[in-house]
Amino acid sequence: MSAPEPIIGPDTVPRLSPMFRLQWEEAQGCHVLLYPEGMVKLNGPAGEILKCCDGVRSVAEIINDLSARFAAASTLPDDCRQFLKIAHDNQWLLIDPA
Amino acid sequence: MTTNGSSSTLPKPLWLLAELTYRCPLQCPYCSNPLDIARYQDELSTAEWVRVFREARALGAVQLGLSGGEALVRQDLEELIAAAHALGFYTNLLTSGVGMDERRIRAFKEAGLDHIQISFQASSEELNNFIAGNDSFRHKLEMARLVKHYGYPMVLCFVLHRHNTDYVEQILDLAHALQADYVELATTQYYGWAMLNRDQLFPTREQVERAEATAHHYQEKLKGRMKTLYVVPDYYEDRPKACMKGWGAIFLTVAPDGTALPCHAAGSLPGLSFPNVRRHDLAWIWNASPDFNRFRGFEWMKEPCRTCPEQTRDFGGCRCQAYLLTGDPANADPVCSKSPHHAALQQQVQAIGETQTGAVAPLIYRNFRNSKRQMGGAAPD
Repeated sequence: MSAPEPIIGPDTVPRLSPMFRLQWEEAQGCHVLLYPEGMVKLNGPAGEILKCCDGVRSVAEIINDLSARFAAASTLPDDCRQFLKIAHDNQWLLIDPA
Repeated sequence: MTTNGSSSTLPKPLWLLAELTYRCPLQCPYCSNPLDIARYQDELSTAEWVRVFREARALGAVQLGLSGGEALVRQDLEELIAAAHALGFYTNLLTSGVGMDERRIRAFKEAGLDHIQISFQASSEELNNFIAGNDSFRHKLEMARLVKHYGYPMVLCFVLHRHNTDYVEQILDLAHALQADYVELATTQYYGWAMLNRDQLFPTREQVERAEATAHHYQEKLKGRMKTLYVVPDYYEDRPKACMKGWGAIFLTVAPDGTALPCHAAGSLPGLSFPNVRRHDLAWIWNASPDFNRFRGFEWMKEPCRTCPEQTRDFGGCRCQAYLLTGDPANADPVCSKSPHHAALQQQVQAIGETQTGAVAPLIYRNFRNSKRQMGGAAPD
């Protein structure tokens, strides 16, 4: 691939790849990502972050929203950026420039 | 957790495979359906299937495979997809593409279908149609293009055997050209029709090694664009597969007439009672029925599995394969080198290889006429 690796900066707008579906699974007690014949179980923070990846909010806005909702640990912004990188590496997320 | 006296550690089904019908326009000689497909013609109604979906969802199932036969034969497929989608299933249509057109692809999308997997028989028209026993190749190409056009994730499935294993490169080129997201190079599993045709279908070790090398090359080359899955035929392995991830662990199959099974091949095993969704609810079938508990966990195991440290990884392999190759489904899968039957299986494999250059019997195609013949004419027309 010739395009440079997109960087997950504060202005980038992540959205869930159409290859995946995110939903709450009562039987699993967690959010899951569903894809053809498979499922990824997400821990609490991962599920909350992915729910915010709506193709509208930027990374900075997502971090602000999550910080406001959860009595923010000081590591929240870093944890969030780190998870977004993992999610992008796994092709769960598509990143559009702002 | 359950009222059936079972422990609270009972597994939950994740997967419901709904075999909606055994009617199929194709006649693939490696079909995974049972030989006695002609027995299953009293199909569940739309309302019965929707009840099965609801009960499976309540048990925790989230992946739904709509399969067959050819699921497209069911004229209520759109309705079934809509009901499953409303229940929160991730819906997978596993199809040959025969019986599909743009109107239906659009209707499926509107009904909430998540994914379409199209099976091909080969990468060329001639070989595809020879194996499928019909003239379907060009139509499949057109359907694959439409599946992408309508924005579905697309998995292409090629079942590999002696007649197409040498064309893995062409197969993967075709899949890439069709923009597949995922390619399943599915090794023929020798049950049912495939077992009947085993000696004509089983690939040589050299063929398998070449195919594996080619698959690995494409996995690297197309990394991030197309995922390729390839599994060596287990007869050439010495560790058994973790079949179904364990009996009654995550998979639940319902056959066209409502028979519930822990896997789609289990109908061939002796000593099962074959609970039917028309007479029992799925919670009883999954949690309490003798069939679903028959090989669940580790208590049923005989040596060498009983004391084997690998039992939690492979669950003793495949019950159907143990039965077909040793006569006892509670034996270790003879693919395992610790099985006392392993040497005999290796001799069989070698003998099959040696017959390959000579004349082999013609393929027996999967259809209702041949099914009745295999059943000894016992089934009604």
